Amino acid sequence: MLEEVRNSAAVGATSEEGTVMDELRQLEQAARSGKLNRREVLKRAAALGLSAPVIASLLAACARGEATPTTAPAAQTPAAQTPAAGASPTPAAQASPTPAPAARRGEGGLVKLLWWQAPTILNPHLAQGTKDFDASRVVLEPLADVNDKGELVPILAAEIPSVENGGVSKDAKTVTWKLKQGVKWSDGQPFTSKDVKFTYEYVINEATTATTISNYTVIESIETPDDYTVVIHFKNPNPAWMNVFVGPYGMILPEHVLRDYVGEKARNAPFNLNPVGTGPYKVKEFKPGDVVVYEMNENYREPDKPYFAQVELKGGGDATTAARAVLQTGEVDYAWNLQVEAQVLDQLEKAGVGVVEVIEGVNVERILINMTDPRKEVDGERSKLGVPHPWQSDLRVRQAYALACQRDVIANTLYGRAGKATSNILVAPARFVSKNTSWKFDLDQAAKLLDEAGWTKGPDGIRQKDGVRMEILYQTSINPVRQKTQEIIKNAFEQLGIKVELKSIEASVFFSSDPGNPDTYAHFYADIEMFTNGPSSTYPLDYMVSWYGKEDNIAQKANNWSGNNIERWQNEEYDKAYEQAQVELDPKKQEELFIKMNDLVVNNVVVIPLVHRNSVSGRAKNLTGLELSRWTDETWNIASWRRSS
Amino acid sequence: MTQYLIRRILISIPTLIAISIVIFTILALAPGDPLAELAMNPAVPPEVRQRIRQSMGLDDPIPVRYVKWASSMLRGDFGYSFRSKSPVIDLIRQRLPTTLYVIGTAYVLSVLIAIPVGVLSAIRQYSIFDNIATTLAFIGFSLPTFVTGILFILVFSVKLGWLPMIYRTTIETEGLAGLWEKIKQALMPIMVLALFETAALARYTRAAMLETIHQDYVRTARAKGLSERAVILRHALRNALIPVVTIVALSIPGIFTGAVITEQIFRVPGMGSLLISAIRDNDTPVIMAITIIFSALVVLFNLIADILYGVLDPRIKYE
Repeated sequence: MLEEVRNSAAVGATSEEGTVMDELRQLEQAARSGKLNRREVLKRAAALGLSAPVIASLLAACARGEATPTTAPAAQTPAAQTPAAGASPTPAAQASPTPAPAARRGEGGLVKLLWWQAPTILNPHLAQGTKDFDASRVVLEPLADVNDKGELVPILAAEIPSVENGGVSKDAKTVTWKLKQGVKWSDGQPFTSKDVKFTYEYVINEATTATTISNYTVIESIETPDDYTVVIHFKNPNPAWMNVFVGPYGMILPEHVLRDYVGEKARNAPFNLNPVGTGPYKVKEFKPGDVVVYEMNENYREPDKPYFAQVELKGGGDATTAARAVLQTGEVDYAWNLQVEAQVLDQLEKAGVGVVEVIEGVNVERILINMTDPRKEVDGERSKLGVPHPWQSDLRVRQAYALACQRDVIANTLYGRAGKATSNILVAPARFVSKNTSWKFDLDQAAKLLDEAGWTKGPDGIRQKDGVRMEILYQTSINPVRQKTQEIIKNAFEQLGIKVELKSIEASVFFSSDPGNPDTYAHFYADIEMFTNGPSSTYPLDYMVSWYGKEDNIAQKANNWSGNNIERWQNEEYDKAYEQAQVELDPKKQEELFIKMNDLVVNNVVVIPLVHRNSVSGRAKNLTGLELSRWTDETWNIASWRRSS
Repeated sequence: MTQYLIRRILISIPTLIAISIVIFTILALAPGDPLAELAMNPAVPPEVRQRIRQSMGLDDPIPVRYVKWASSMLRGDFGYSFRSKSPVIDLIRQRLPTTLYVIGTAYVLSVLIAIPVGVLSAIRQYSIFDNIATTLAFIGFSLPTFVTGILFILVFSVKLGWLPMIYRTTIETEGLAGLWEKIKQALMPIMVLALFETAALARYTRAAMLETIHQDYVRTARAKGLSERAVILRHALRNALIPVVTIVALSIPGIFTGAVITEQIFRVPGMGSLLISAIRDNDTPVIMAITIIFSALVVLFNLIADILYGVLDPRIKYE
């Protein structure tokens, strides 16, 4: 980012811009050396009238300056600082505040990563799990990626389109991406706009059966006026234009390699196991379900990167031994997704070999409340729309449920660093997070609400009304933390006089889309169920669709339970807000809409949010430059990972 | 003999077909699908997963799916994995060497240790050696591999730091140092498996040997004035080994399918861990391929064991 500002300064800079540049340089230096704290940097940067991304990279420098004042300056180069292609690198080099000893490509030797679920395929558009996206991202790149603050960082794009620079049309129906020039695929072929267009054609072909297809259905057509310009025409004004060709689902495929493998033939492409990409590495060896070994891509556009000559991504095993390998024996440099019990993790970290990295996640562990009756079968389906639940359709009962959830106890004892109690279903990005909700644990008030609703304790202590007993089935997937959560909640419910039957289902069954299996989360043949979910992008329409009440969006037999709305909750106000959010371009109004949607779901207790989950990983003490982001793959900036001495 | 062989081989064909039908049906009836991992990803909505499910043919009637699978199987085509889209045969090729090396070594070791230990235990029944061996065998036999595996990791990797706990097939170190690394990482899984196998086999050998030592013909051999050595090795051992050989032969298919639990603990990329992850992912083509290979091996080694029996024991005639 800074480099780009500098480059623009080098190209016909006015004197005024020049002074800004000087101040910026000093500011950056101050931030790096830890002289200024974040707040001061922010103040001064704002005074200079800098754009948000530049400030962000400053702050990043600041954070590193505060955290590790001893790291090599080169390690502190934010990934965003890619010199614009074609611009001479000299001004940037001169402008570098503390000239780092030029890092030599590949001097870091081998870095070992451990994913306890092994990648099975390296074509991200056919991926079947996070691990596949993560492993693909080392080789392939999107036009832009998203940093932890939710800002776009140009990767294959020369710059991020915006209304100001003319990249995004006023009605957000057309978006123009300018691409970096001189980028080559690892086999030496040039990367052009044709590859971007090809990626769209590849994914959108239904016979390809791409898992990422839904990100591309909003596109009307794509034009490529020249080799370095891509013009995307959307079917409708699209406030979520930044979900296309960006992040894990937006990696660009090489046309010259996959031309003959579109549609039916997609699965037979050698590319799936040995991809050709523009990223810092290429695949040396891949054994699906076991290990990927990457070696440097000699054609990578940044001459001093990557720092590591080889990357080994080993898969398999379980989270606990993975944590052990990185935190205790130091056999690996980085381990992903350490879903390990809080106290075990703390104890392993005491060994002092590795460090636990926690970043705030986007997911919320929640309890869904069924609005329909799971016991009554109508036309061959239970939990059918239009057959209301005998007591959960009463708001007071649902409020009582929510008051009986000890969210802080669950978060502190079961999740530890991996989560905190929350009252929202939408917890990221920051601008969409509601401040209007709250939660509390209060059994007395809960009991009062149940009494008011007419559900009073019978002789056996179970609440009943008109001969119907309040006995509920509570299901979730098999996972130690979830079973303990169930216990805590069951305990509180039984104190209220609600009988709870627990059920735990093997994850691969619970989460499957098998229409013939009544145990899936989508059938929801239970009163309440629990799992985790969250947005996949910074404009989270695809997540908020979970409560959109249109008939065909309700999970039911008619659509093989492939609707997104599992609770079968319908609310006109919500639907209006959701439809408006699909076309709203004004950032202020967007915020209002998403916060409103969140509040409607929370205040109507369609869902009881429990824990805002963090993503927890482990790294060797000397591995730096990770810049993990909640919005994208953990490997997104692996070119900048370094080992500090 | 020839007639017997032909008859046995002909019987094995319907056996294998029956096995494949049973396994395929169970798998098809089992819930779950290969796309569950993307369920909680809003970028991949349920209808997309549904369509991919259909493209894999998971919603077709079971007989149709079976006939499709069986006909390509007969052409020698194991099909493609649902997950990695690569030919199943390639996945098996990648993993077989590792399994043969680790599991095979463990089996050979256990045979080499168990038979002498079992024989000595039997000859010196109730001696100190026998007591120690029997106790150890009992411990090894009753401790599951996941307990010993984790115990070994705690002792040798965490406490002492001698051995790695992650098995890597990608070691590139040259020369002797590289060889040592390769041996080092295989030590723990081999020890865990060998301990378990040795214990079982030593107990069989001891029991078989005890039975023969007290036979009349052994007493006759001693009465003839043969040396104790000749009596034990030539007369008693040969007969005692007949059931042991059968057991060893019947456990050979296990070398090819790997050791599921041990491989999982040490992240050994062998057939066992392939099978487990395929089951977890509902990757039907991979599961079918491995189980069919395993069934064929079991049938084959049953036949081999029966033939060996005849070679070792002249009393058995194949009519």
